[in-house]
Amino acid sequence: MMMMMMMKVMMMVTVMVSEGSIIEQTCKETPDFNLCVSLLNSDPRGSSADTSGLALILIDKIKGLTTKTLNEINGLYKKRPELKRALDECSRRYKTILNADVPEAIEAISKGVPKFGEDGVIDAGVEASVCEGGFKGKSPLTSLTKSMQKISNVTRAIVRMLL
Amino acid sequence: MASNEALLPVTSRQDLLSESKSDQIPETRRRRPIKVHLAVYSGLLLIALYVALIVTHDGSTVQHGAKDETSTESRARLAGVSEKSNDRVSRLSDDRKVEAFPWNNTMLSWQRTAFHFQPEKNWMNDPNGPLFYKGWYHFFYQYNPNAAVWGDIVWGHAVSKDLIHWLYLPIAMVPDQWYDANGVWTGSATFLDDGSIVMLYTGSTDKFVQVQNLAYPEDPSDPLLLKWAKFSGNPVLVPPPGIGAKDFRDPTTAWKTSTGKWRITIGSKINRTGISLIYDTTDFKTYEKHDTLLHQVPNTGMWECVDFYPVSKTQVNGLDTSVNGPGVKHVIKASMDDTRIDHYAIGTYYDSNGTWVPDNPSIDVGISTALRYDYGKFYASKTFYDQNKGRRILWGWIGESDSEAADVQKGWSSVQGIPRTVVFDTRTRKNLVQWPVEEIKSLRLSSNKFDMTIGPGTVVPVDVGSATQLDIEAEFEIKTEDLKLFFDDDSVEADKKFSCETSGGSTARGALGPFGFSVLADESLSEQTPVYFYVTKGKHSKLKTVFCSDTSRSTLANDVVKPIYGSFVPVLKGEKLTMRILVDHSIVEGFAQGGRTCITSRVYPTKAIYGATKLFLFNNAIDATVTASFRVWQMNSAFIHPYSSDDLGVPSRT
Repeated sequence: MMMMMMMKVMMMVTVMVSEGSIIEQTCKETPDFNLCVSLLNSDPRGSSADTSGLALILIDKIKGLTTKTLNEINGLYKKRPELKRALDECSRRYKTILNADVPEAIEAISKGVPKFGEDGVIDAGVEASVCEGGFKGKSPLTSLTKSMQKISNVTRAIVRMLL
Repeated sequence: MASNEALLPVTSRQDLLSESKSDQIPETRRRRPIKVHLAVYSGLLLIALYVALIVTHDGSTVQHGAKDETSTESRARLAGVSEKSNDRVSRLSDDRKVEAFPWNNTMLSWQRTAFHFQPEKNWMNDPNGPLFYKGWYHFFYQYNPNAAVWGDIVWGHAVSKDLIHWLYLPIAMVPDQWYDANGVWTGSATFLDDGSIVMLYTGSTDKFVQVQNLAYPEDPSDPLLLKWAKFSGNPVLVPPPGIGAKDFRDPTTAWKTSTGKWRITIGSKINRTGISLIYDTTDFKTYEKHDTLLHQVPNTGMWECVDFYPVSKTQVNGLDTSVNGPGVKHVIKASMDDTRIDHYAIGTYYDSNGTWVPDNPSIDVGISTALRYDYGKFYASKTFYDQNKGRRILWGWIGESDSEAADVQKGWSSVQGIPRTVVFDTRTRKNLVQWPVEEIKSLRLSSNKFDMTIGPGTVVPVDVGSATQLDIEAEFEIKTEDLKLFFDDDSVEADKKFSCETSGGSTARGALGPFGFSVLADESLSEQTPVYFYVTKGKHSKLKTVFCSDTSRSTLANDVVKPIYGSFVPVLKGEKLTMRILVDHSIVEGFAQGGRTCITSRVYPTKAIYGATKLFLFNNAIDATVTASFRVWQMNSAFIHPYSSDDLGVPSRT
C-alpha cells in the first residue's frame, strides 16, 4: 500500500520534472526565466519543440507584439495628435520589425544560419528602444517597449544556443 | 551518388540538448525485495524533489536581484559569448532614453561608398568564388534581390579589369534546384590542370539540409562567365555521420596533393569544438572523407568560411593554393559563428595525412587571442590566388553597424573591403601582412604633403578640401628625448592590460599617446573618428604600440553601434610608426606598420557629411611631442556601374 503511494508520488514528481524540462532547461539560460517559460508554455508547439522550434515560437511572439504595438500606435494618432512626429518614427521602426527583422529571423533559424536570426532579434529590441526614446521620457508605449525588449533579450539568448 | 537516406539529419537538436540535460530521471523499476524497493523509492523521491527545487530556485534567482545590465552580462557568459558582442543589447535595449535620430535621406544617401564594392541596392554578405579568368577579375557574392536584410540568397556577380572598377553583371546562380532551393550559399572556385573552372558551393536543400554542389561555366569561351551550369548529379557531398545537417557549409578552393588527387576542407563543429573536415577527390563528383580532421580547436564553436592556403616564408609574391614545400607555411583561417570574428593561424601542413599543426597553439584558430586579418568589422573573408599578377588576394565582407530600419530606408546593406594582398611577414615571422591592392592608386587625384610637429594636447585641422574620399599615408616619430625619459623612467609600470577597447578611447591621455588622425570630423569635432597609435611600456621594459579606431564619438546618432576597435601592432627596431587610412564615406580602413594590424570601421555621421567633413591631426599625449610626415590624396569614385557593351573596350588602368 505504502509502496503504491510512493510509486504514484514518484511518478507524479518525475512527470512534473521531465515534462517541462526542455523548456525549463532552455529558459534557465535566458535573462528572464519566468517570461520565457510562460511564453513557451502558452504555445501548443512548446512542449515538443527543439531549440530552433522554441526560438521560432518566440519570434512569433515578437511578431504578435509588433502587430499589437502598431495597432496601438495607429490608435494614438487621434488620441494624442501632438505626438505625431514620434508616432511616425515608431510606426517606421515597428514596420521594420514586422517586415524585415521577423522574416529574416524566421528564415535564418529555419535554415540553420542562426547568426542572421540573432541580428534580426537584436534589432527588434533596438527599434523598440529607439521608438521609445522619441517621446523624450513621456512615452505612451513604455509598457509595450519593455515587453519587446525583454522578449528580444530572451529570444536572443535562445538563438545564441544554436550558434 | 548520394542516397536520400543520407540526407536525413543524423544528429537532431534534441540530441544536442539531451547531452546537457541532467541525468536525474530514475531508472525503470525492476523486481527486487520490498525493503530495497522502498529504500530505492524514497531515495529517488528525494532526488526528484531536490531536482524540482533546483529548477524552480534557479528560475527565481534569474528573475530577482540582478540589474538588467548585470544579468545580461552573466547570461552572456553562460551562453559563452564575449561581453563585446553583447554591447549593442546592454547599451541600447535597456536605455529607454535613447532618442530616435531623425535620419533624413540626405544623411542616409551620403553613407553610400564611392570606391568600395557594393551592389546597386539591397543586402550583400559573403564573398564567393573570386577568380581571374581571360582578362577579367570575377567577384561573386551572397545577395538578397528582394530586401536590405539577409534572405532569399542568390549569387550576385561582377567583373573588373583591376579589382577596383567593377561592372555589375546578371545574377549568376539562383535557387532553382531541390538541392539549393533554400539558398545558394558560399563557395569557392578551383582551376583544373587544363585551365577550366569548377565551383563548389553550399546549397540549402528543400528540406533545409546543408549540402555541397558542383557548378561550372556553361560557356568557357565567354570571358564574362555569365551563365553557370549545375552538375546533374548534385549534391556531391552531404553531411557525414556525426555532423549536423545544418553544420556543413562553405567548401574551400581545392589543392593538389602529392598523389595527384584534389583535396578540399569544409568547416563544421562537434558540440562546441570547431573543426575542419577534409575530403579527397579526382573528379569533384565523388569524394573520400578522411577519418581525421585537417584541424580542430575546442570551445570555438562553428567554423564558417574556412580558408586554407600556402604562403612563402621568404618571397613577397602569392602562391597557388597547391604549392607546398620547405619554403612554405600554411594558413588556416575560419570565421567564428559565435563571435563574428575571422581568425587565422600560421602552421605546418602534412600532406601525407591531411593534417595541420599551428606554430603557436596558444593562439590557435578561434581562440579569442588568435590573430585576425582585421580588428574591426570584417567577416566571412576569403582569399584567392591571382595568377595574373602572382598575388594572393583577400576579400572581406563588411556589414553595417546601424539599425535595420536605416538599411531599409536607405535601401542597401553591406559593402566589401578593398581587396588586399596577403603575404607572410618575413620580419616578425609570426603574422601575415595585408595591403590594399596597388590598383587602388589609380583612384588618386590631387594630393597635399604635410610635415607637422605637434606638441602634447594639440588638435590641428588638416586643410585638404573635401574629406570624405581620402587616401592618407603617414609616418610618425616621437621626439627622442621624450621617448628616452619615458623609457628610462622606472616608475612607469608596464601596462600589460592596455587595449584599445578598455583604454577609454582616444580621449584617455597617456605619456606617449594617443596620437593620429581624426577622420570624418566636423569643424567643431562634435563628430569624429580618431584612428591612432598609443605607445605604452610593455613587458621587459620594451615599448608596446597599439593601433586603434575609436567610433564612440563618430556620430550624434544613438541607434548605431559605436565600438572602439584595435590591437597591438609589432614595431621592430629602427622602424618608424606608419599608418595608412582609406576614408570612403561610411567606411574607414586603417593599416598600421604596412598592414601588420588592420582595422575596418563603419561610421554614420550626421553632421560631418558632404562639404562639412574635415580632417584633423591630433596628439593627445601628456608628455610627448610628435612629428607627423604625411600625404593626403583625394580619391576618385570607382564609378561602379552595370556592364554594357561600351565596357568591352575598357583599357586596363594599371
